[in-house]
Amino acid sequence: MFTIKAPLQQVIELENKIFLLKIFSPEISRVIKPGQFLNVLVTNSYYPLLRRPFSVCDVEGDHFYLMFNILGEGTKLLSKKHPGELIDVLGPLGNGFNFDGDYETAVIVAGGLGAAPFPYLVRKIEDKKNIISFIGGRTQNDVILHGMKNIQISTDDGSLGFKGTVVELLKEHVDNLKSSKVKIFACGPNAMLGALKEFSVDNNFDCEVSTECAMACGFGICQGCPIEGVNSPDKYLLVCKDGPVFNVKDVVI
Amino acid sequence: MNKVDLSVNVGSLKFRNPVLLASGTAGYGNEMSEFIDLNKIGGIVTKSLSLKPRKGNPPQRIVETPSGMLNAIGLANVGVEEFIKEKIPFLEKFDVPLICNIAASTIEEYIECTKILTEQNAIKGFEINVSCPNVREGGLQFGNSVSAVGKITEKVKAVSTKPVIIKLSPNVSYISEFAEVIKKEGGDAVSAINTLVGTAFDINTRKPKIFNKTGGLSGPAIKPVALAKVFEIKQKVDIPIIGIGGIMNWKDVIEFMIAGSSAIQLGTVNFIDPTAAENILKNLEEYCIKFGIEKLSSVTGSYVI
Repeated sequence: MFTIKAPLQQVIELENKIFLLKIFSPEISRVIKPGQFLNVLVTNSYYPLLRRPFSVCDVEGDHFYLMFNILGEGTKLLSKKHPGELIDVLGPLGNGFNFDGDYETAVIVAGGLGAAPFPYLVRKIEDKKNIISFIGGRTQNDVILHGMKNIQISTDDGSLGFKGTVVELLKEHVDNLKSSKVKIFACGPNAMLGALKEFSVDNNFDCEVSTECAMACGFGICQGCPIEGVNSPDKYLLVCKDGPVFNVKDVVI
Repeated sequence: MNKVDLSVNVGSLKFRNPVLLASGTAGYGNEMSEFIDLNKIGGIVTKSLSLKPRKGNPPQRIVETPSGMLNAIGLANVGVEEFIKEKIPFLEKFDVPLICNIAASTIEEYIECTKILTEQNAIKGFEINVSCPNVREGGLQFGNSVSAVGKITEKVKAVSTKPVIIKLSPNVSYISEFAEVIKKEGGDAVSAINTLVGTAFDINTRKPKIFNKTGGLSGPAIKPVALAKVFEIKQKVDIPIIGIGGIMNWKDVIEFMIAGSSAIQLGTVNFIDPTAAENILKNLEEYCIKFGIEKLSSVTGSYVI
């Protein structure tokens, strides 16, 4: 991990106010893994003060992509950056997905902006594994399909695809999933990850989840992002350093 | 002009420069060593240690606020035993003074921790945290009671073979009264300030944003308060001061020294720019050269009023 000021190449606005930043950095692009994240300084002023953590969304040659929606001051400022501006990035941080292994089918499960880390994962495994993507959102405006393969959609309000949660949609497909050796890769709200944990344990599916927590530093010194570990009741794990990707069996969600 | 002299003394403690890393913002040094050369900085103050490991508070522990942040980590730490076994050997590889921060729930625990840790050669001094706003075990808020702070100073000094610095709470009316009693009881220096108690609410759920309900405010938002507290102590009590509170750059360091600090600690800035300490040192040297300052320590308490 290191800090670097990397030039912004392009700001891409996808549908529904979802943004992609394309940033040039061979140093980061060559070493970062799917599921790892970067902590981005959005301004040199003191408001907002802290860096913003983003999963790496994709890597293309010497460029990497970050995906976000506008949630507050920091993301608003980021969306207004111009090509050529230097972006102060700290990373690569945390542990990514373990996508090698002897499974046949990668089952991607994403809720809302939980879709962010998966274009890069898809890119890394699409030649070696089958991929099925289950993408959920509250409404059709919250469903992000960028960079996904072989897609099944759910919305809470039924405005697009299956009406219900993405884990309910998974349950509809459980027999189909059991016909090959699968590994689940997931990212999304905690309620989704909790339901997914139950689903994957019940069906004996190997499952890795990318977790989220408010944090400051991103590399373990602030201790701001605890997550309860199953095997360490006397000590919290840190989302930034021990995660953000965990085997779902190892954490309390 | 020859290389400028950045070295400072805090009582009997000597530092090669005034830039220390504050407790809880540099872990036990290993993460920071990936970003900066620890051999260049003035010193490291360890994450607060208690006698036994502490799990700390559940999430959410951190909330960003305008030009600052609230934290309620709850003194999560590995405990004295694991610190000695697992953390000191790493820190011993560096030529950097180690100040051990101790946070306890009872006076007996402060004494016990100090007794054990004072045997360690790597530890050059203690910083006693009487002022963590996020832990209230034992029902006693040590940092708000002049007599309790005096008693802790006296007891810790009695068992320590190393200099003892007391880290003061800003959440009091007259911080100099605390510095006064620390001096009287033999304390070697004070660190000022710890975080300010603060909170933030979610306007939709109407709940506090932080699990602990309140947290400690740090960052540039608190710098003017910290400077005023350092200035108050400097004017009232003859005791070395380590200034802390929202320092982001070399100009802030100079400001804290002018107000009366012999050394300073970088805190929240380490979360944003872990290379800050080295950049600040380079800039402090340039400042001294530019203004013909031979000894940086001459800036301490040089305010003009």
